[in-house]
Amino acid sequence: MSDSTTTQLPKDLAAEKGMINVQIDGHWIQVPRGTRMIEACKIAEKEVPHYCYHPKLSSPGNCRMCLVQMGMPARPAPGEEPTYGDDGYQEIGWMPRPVIACANTVGENMGIRTTGDLVEKCREGVMEFLLINHPLDCPICDQAGECQLQEFSVEHGKGESRFKEDKVKKPKNVKIGPRIRLDDERCIMCSRCIRFMDEVADDPVLGFSERGTHTTVGIYPGRELTNNYGLNTVDICPVGALTSNDFRFQMRTWFLKETDSIDTNCGTGANITIWTRGNKIFRITPRQNDEVNSCWIPDSHRLSYTCPTDDDRLTACLIKADGVHEESCWENALDAAADALKQYDTNEIAVIASARQTNEELFMMRTLASELGSDELAIVARAQTPDEMLVSSDQNPNTTGAKLILDDKNPAEKMDAICESIRSGQIKAIVVASEDLTEAAQLTSEDLDNLELIVSLNTSASATAQASDIVFPGASSTEKRGSMINVAGRLQKLNAACIPPGDARVDWEAIRDLINALSDEPSNDTPQSIDQLSEIITKSFDVLNDYTLSKIPNSGVTVIETGVSIPLIDRETARKATGEIVG
Amino acid sequence: MSKISYLSGKEPDSCEHRMIFKNIDREGWDPSIACYLKDGGYEQLRKALKMNPADITNEVKISGLRGRGGAGFPTGVKWGFIPPNNTKPVYLICNCDESEPGTFKDRYIVHQDPHQLIEGMLISALAIGAHTAYIYMREEFPEAAILMEKAIEEAREKNFLGSDILGSGFDLEIFIHRGAAAYICGEETGLIESLEGKRPYPRIKPPYFPAALGLYMAPTIVNNVESICHVKHIIEMGGAEYAKLGTPRNTGTRILCVSGDVKKPGYYEVEVGKITMGELLNDVCGGPLDGRSFKACIPGGSSAKILRCDETFKIGNGENQKELGFYDIPMDFDTMAACGSMAGSGGVIVMDDSRKMSWVLNNINHFYAHESCGQCTPCREGSMWMRKISDRIVDGKATPEDIQTLEDVAYQIDGRTVCAFGEAASWPVEAMISKFRDELEAETSEDNEYLSPEAKRQLKNIS
Repeated sequence: MSDSTTTQLPKDLAAEKGMINVQIDGHWIQVPRGTRMIEACKIAEKEVPHYCYHPKLSSPGNCRMCLVQMGMPARPAPGEEPTYGDDGYQEIGWMPRPVIACANTVGENMGIRTTGDLVEKCREGVMEFLLINHPLDCPICDQAGECQLQEFSVEHGKGESRFKEDKVKKPKNVKIGPRIRLDDERCIMCSRCIRFMDEVADDPVLGFSERGTHTTVGIYPGRELTNNYGLNTVDICPVGALTSNDFRFQMRTWFLKETDSIDTNCGTGANITIWTRGNKIFRITPRQNDEVNSCWIPDSHRLSYTCPTDDDRLTACLIKADGVHEESCWENALDAAADALKQYDTNEIAVIASARQTNEELFMMRTLASELGSDELAIVARAQTPDEMLVSSDQNPNTTGAKLILDDKNPAEKMDAICESIRSGQIKAIVVASEDLTEAAQLTSEDLDNLELIVSLNTSASATAQASDIVFPGASSTEKRGSMINVAGRLQKLNAACIPPGDARVDWEAIRDLINALSDEPSNDTPQSIDQLSEIITKSFDVLNDYTLSKIPNSGVTVIETGVSIPLIDRETARKATGEIVG
Repeated sequence: MSKISYLSGKEPDSCEHRMIFKNIDREGWDPSIACYLKDGGYEQLRKALKMNPADITNEVKISGLRGRGGAGFPTGVKWGFIPPNNTKPVYLICNCDESEPGTFKDRYIVHQDPHQLIEGMLISALAIGAHTAYIYMREEFPEAAILMEKAIEEAREKNFLGSDILGSGFDLEIFIHRGAAAYICGEETGLIESLEGKRPYPRIKPPYFPAALGLYMAPTIVNNVESICHVKHIIEMGGAEYAKLGTPRNTGTRILCVSGDVKKPGYYEVEVGKITMGELLNDVCGGPLDGRSFKACIPGGSSAKILRCDETFKIGNGENQKELGFYDIPMDFDTMAACGSMAGSGGVIVMDDSRKMSWVLNNINHFYAHESCGQCTPCREGSMWMRKISDRIVDGKATPEDIQTLEDVAYQIDGRTVCAFGEAASWPVEAMISKFRDELEAETSEDNEYLSPEAKRQLKNIS
């Protein structure tokens, strides 16, 4: 029976919700039971500097940068009850010895100080120790501009060196693998790379040798870092000890513009950041999304992208005359394509879309097929061996989107029939976008020769483009804004990091213009912008629930239950449940 | 009990109370089980087998036994840390890494009286419920490893080890595990990591307290060789009797290892706190060498803070405060700690006036810089930095400012590391500078604006 005059203590109020009261820099907040001190500080918006801690990896507690001052209420003498102040909390007894915040969990009535004399001295001390043997490589080090040693020494360091001795020398510029370079002198021995390779990539090729100040990170004798997740160690290395060969010495990070987008190399749809300067892509890094790719991306995907500046990009419309492609302007090419297509009966035309296209482009392809009166609308399937981590068994990024937009449970199924019809001569004309049919569709150049008319939309001079009568230059996945749905049913959006080269246009506009050229009376409803198109699409499909492009959250949103999960995410969830990682 | 006589020239001093070391240098003694049994060996095992495990732990608690490995933590309390509803196997590990400079006691037990250790381990294993035990032996004891294995075999033949020991239903296997010459393997969690076959990086505590998450993440008790031997004697005489030895809260006997500038260095087993520093150094060890006088002393292994022999210490608070001269300090745990040092592992290193303190400090720094495991930043970088500075002091290339830097660096390591190695490396520096600052500064000069050869080369290019 509760007395209405007694109020519940904060500890009881928190305990009811499974929470704990913590005082951080003088302010009391509630955090879930089992939260680590460093995460509690993050919730309180008090950033605690750290090197070795990473929420996706185990916490060794060895860098000592996250030292904070901790206090707990004094234990009452045997037989005595704890005493509470007016605010309902016990008095905090501050411990003179600092503790690390990354591996300790909060306790009820705990106090944490992230500022103050002790904490500042600890951070200064650790920074000083890290810098005494660190080489003065900043002018040539790729990590400059995104280096935590630089950042924390400015914020928390001493500013002056009193180290007069010789620095310890270690191997520099060590080739530990085909894509990655190691500099042992820069290494601060946080062990993140070792733990990543062991715990996430399940390939423990990295380790420490020697001891004391001569401790050196290295590759297991006789092995190389060839693992398809090796470059993630470059991302998590807080300094420039591990660098990626593809980015080494290429560009200073502060010149680069960041664009959030989605990887289109497979059905996982890993979240990425595209780094550009001008119209050139310099690198791609993974972007954290705990539902899709965590903080990681496979090397094969990270390094596989099309740039506007690539040599083989198509930059102008092409019309074939006497077997030779001649450049043309869009207007002429569109008219030529429309005229050519009108020569055929509806059952002689096939429209081949791609599951590499965005939802918006697929919608336009469907509209095109409808305008042409053709029922033969398919995508090309592209299966591969999955790696049980982030590489999906579907090499296409938007199969789920294609199923939805094309309103077809298996839009790739029709492709076999279309191929047969092409071989038999029943299909005489095709419009194909974003696919090289000789590659995955199992058509040969001879099969393509069978066709009387090929109109294609491509980014590069592929075999299909070579065989086409009319070629439209398109945009790659890094040059377009649009949405895709991954194998797990998550709607995610791509953003354009570059402009298509030359005369190339974003695909949805090209297809819209072709539709307009085909119809005798262009409708007033044709979308003028991709956002307008997005409005039309979301209204047509309930499942998309008003998620126009601008409304799709940056981390995406699940719109379809496919029943497919991403193995790496499953494993991470399991590790989070055991408390091994924060997650 | 047969009359005990000792080898000529190795008789114990009259102040000694030989309990653990009863059989060391004993005439007619050999490490075989036959000899041990003739002397009444393994009787305490029989006694313990009839006791309740909780009662064994209780006796050890009542005895007030404190760990003899260096930390002086109450052994009975440590045993009580095993989680009450534990279902995982419990491991007992005997820490025979004896690497603390100045310590040389455990070596005699494993070389000359191995069965005392085995019996102690049996009783300890009974108390904590361990059926697998390890003796982690430092690499530098190859003969002891062979001897110990033989002793284990002898014990197994007599059913003192193995399954169903003496028909009690209790099983125990003891395995010897040899180290590979690393001081950090003496740290209990470093030892556990090494035993698991990994690099001996000590674990962070919390959460990895060995009593909860030790060897293979199961409850583990790590005890020093000498501590485990004391357990046997506690069972023999009872905890209360044992507590009568020594002084309150500092009970029993301990083995002091005196080395350095005394006439009679060696090992001496005394009641804790019943002998003072002066009695030890002057009476038992025969005083300083001819023509010399005592200057400084490290009372508990090189990790302990050095004491000046001409120092006086104020200990206690308020009314209980008293002044103690160096020679009056009793060789116990609490007073030694109150005087700003520690009893540690009992390695008493004595230095006389012929010793240069800068050289002593440099010697110690070389050791810690070499032995640092390299896991955490302060110790990894700081230990070598301190060594490099003291190198320059010894070479006459240091400035007075360097002494301050050296002290700052030591305080920057102290209390900020994963394990107590940080304190072990920084306390000698802190203490030496605190006690002998003038002497160290006398070896420096303002004119020594020292630059490393590499820095000199670089300056040539930019200035």
